[in-house]
Amino acid sequence: MPAEMEIDFLASSTRALGDPQLRRNFRRAMDGLLAKRAAVFPDPAEWTRLRALGGAIRAKNLLKLPELLEQLERSLTKNGITVHWARTTAQANRKVLELLRARGVTALVKGKSMVSEEMGLNHFLQEHGIESLESDLGEYIIQLDGEMPSHIIMPAIHKNKDQIARTFSQKIKDAKYTEEVDELTAMARAVLRRKFFEAGAGLSGVNFAVAETGTLCLVENEGNGRMSTHVPPLHIALMGLEKVVESLEEVAPLYSLLTRSATGQAISTYFNLISGPRAGGEQDGPREVHLVILDNGRARIFQDPELRATLACIRCGACMNHCPVYTRIGGHAYEAVYPGPIGSILTPQVEGVGLRHELPHASSLCGACAEVCPVQIPITHLLIRLRREASHRTAGTTVLEAGEARSRLEDLAWSVWGWVLSHPAAYRLSAWCATRFWRLLPEGAPVLAAWTRSRAKPRAAGQSLQERARAKGVPHV
Amino acid sequence: MSERDAILAELRAARPEGEAPARDFAVIEEKRWDPAERTARLMRGMSAVKTEFLEAGPSDWPRAVVDFVRRERLDSLLYGPATAEGRALAAAWPGEGPRLAPYDRPVETFKRELFDGIAAGFTTTLGGIAETGGLLLAPGPAEPRLLSLVPPVHLALLRADRIFDTLLQAFRELGWNRGLPANALVISGPSKTADIEQTLAYGVHGPKRLIVVLVR
Repeated sequence: MPAEMEIDFLASSTRALGDPQLRRNFRRAMDGLLAKRAAVFPDPAEWTRLRALGGAIRAKNLLKLPELLEQLERSLTKNGITVHWARTTAQANRKVLELLRARGVTALVKGKSMVSEEMGLNHFLQEHGIESLESDLGEYIIQLDGEMPSHIIMPAIHKNKDQIARTFSQKIKDAKYTEEVDELTAMARAVLRRKFFEAGAGLSGVNFAVAETGTLCLVENEGNGRMSTHVPPLHIALMGLEKVVESLEEVAPLYSLLTRSATGQAISTYFNLISGPRAGGEQDGPREVHLVILDNGRARIFQDPELRATLACIRCGACMNHCPVYTRIGGHAYEAVYPGPIGSILTPQVEGVGLRHELPHASSLCGACAEVCPVQIPITHLLIRLRREASHRTAGTTVLEAGEARSRLEDLAWSVWGWVLSHPAAYRLSAWCATRFWRLLPEGAPVLAAWTRSRAKPRAAGQSLQERARAKGVPHV
Repeated sequence: MSERDAILAELRAARPEGEAPARDFAVIEEKRWDPAERTARLMRGMSAVKTEFLEAGPSDWPRAVVDFVRRERLDSLLYGPATAEGRALAAAWPGEGPRLAPYDRPVETFKRELFDGIAAGFTTTLGGIAETGGLLLAPGPAEPRLLSLVPPVHLALLRADRIFDTLLQAFRELGWNRGLPANALVISGPSKTADIEQTLAYGVHGPKRLIVVLVR
């Protein structure tokens, strides 16, 4: 997220709700994804057992996280892959820049990487005179328009094909206007093939990094991941430190859960397992492979035994596809790299629950996200926990900016409420007043206005329950 | 302190505790099919994502490849000459017509031709996956990585008796859980995308067509 961006979730979500085209695009896309996912999990018993396995694997890996990271480093080094560590996104950007500069690289071609979005890598490299081109079709589309991804799996999901047709005809040299998806795809293929051919380096994300074997796993459908990682002489991979998995066996169920949850595919087109640069005797492949392991707040999240579950995420995006809030406001309204329910628990922990206090409230707590999560992250519990963290600082908390979203008005309201409820005479008086005078309260009264903006004013009964009970002769009221 | 040490120190300071939950792989391990069903499942899964199949016998498959290349008017086929299958293909290749081009030199010396002058690539496979469909490949010196990626058509030889039940079983039986070749991969179909309005389009960056030469 660029620092200069003003964060105002209420304004951005209100704007999104008022955009009928955007809402149609999301509704249509999410309905499609929901149906596809449901179709590849036809057996509830298999789903329950497989996600229990997925959840157990991720929980186990997190328990051993520091040891596994060290083991991963040893295995990768043995395989000829160089490992770098970065505490912050700024450090990670500098590492990538150093690697490119030392080899005189002026053009980088990128496979999809959400960590690179966290880093704002494209922007950073362009500022330093290096072309950084997205090659995933969705990422390529939004890069042409200078936008951020609105979904972690389908970055251009907020656009329809007319909008994409316009972008292509305006931004690609000699491109004609067409709304045919096959023709649009062919145009991107032609441009990007040249780039793969010419680029001095390729960059990718990592879906799973296997500690025992020293393997970087890459899940994709387009082949741009393979192109980026095998054609240029230098491959740089980026991963968040939570992506480590102990054994290759554990990758099998996670991979199945990932593709089925993300896009409703039993298997992706390509599942690439990279365990080293071009070996002796090989005719192609990168001469060098480097991995940058990024912290960016993850080690802090790891401190809290409950919030640690945030790091189990395998980035399938099922939580956003199933979220009634995300479906209505879309990804950009969250003003964050990771939108939807996972973003609403991750972003406040990385950027601060003070700054991002609205995100944990961007949920009806319906629980759909937790229900479809393939690794059993209790997202709703974590949302509630972060709501509390935002307004109340508890001793020993490791949450960033805990208590900084505390509101005096809210505190006052709760203390008045608490006092009234613990003093029977005051409670009876206030109930009596509410039942007699509620009509006199104007709809636009402070606090109440926030409710009545989109809802009817609540109506009180003519008598309180206590009064009616007493009138009926119920004893002890 | 280095960034590495600072990160590891912070993670260690958290002292994660608790029993590692039990991991029960039975949900995958119990997926078993007989040989005929394995082949049928693989074909179903891969056909659904537009993979094409050529069926042949153990001795006449090179003929099937030649016929296909001619029928589709492909002017060249790139292959790895060092494998037994590569030698069999070369032996069956006709003297005239499409060109059989060996991938036997560093990519740097023929990158332009690879990108612009090759119609199809031929590779062997280590096997397939019945559960979902998919081919297992381990590119290397004999069959370079870009052979199955850059040419617009990919022909892959699969022996029906090398179809595993699941990816997990393949990992175990190939010994990959103890160590992998520098590059290994699973391919389930031609390159595809659904990034424009969820509409499926084939042949975005990798091969536009995948043809499995199935040897029974």
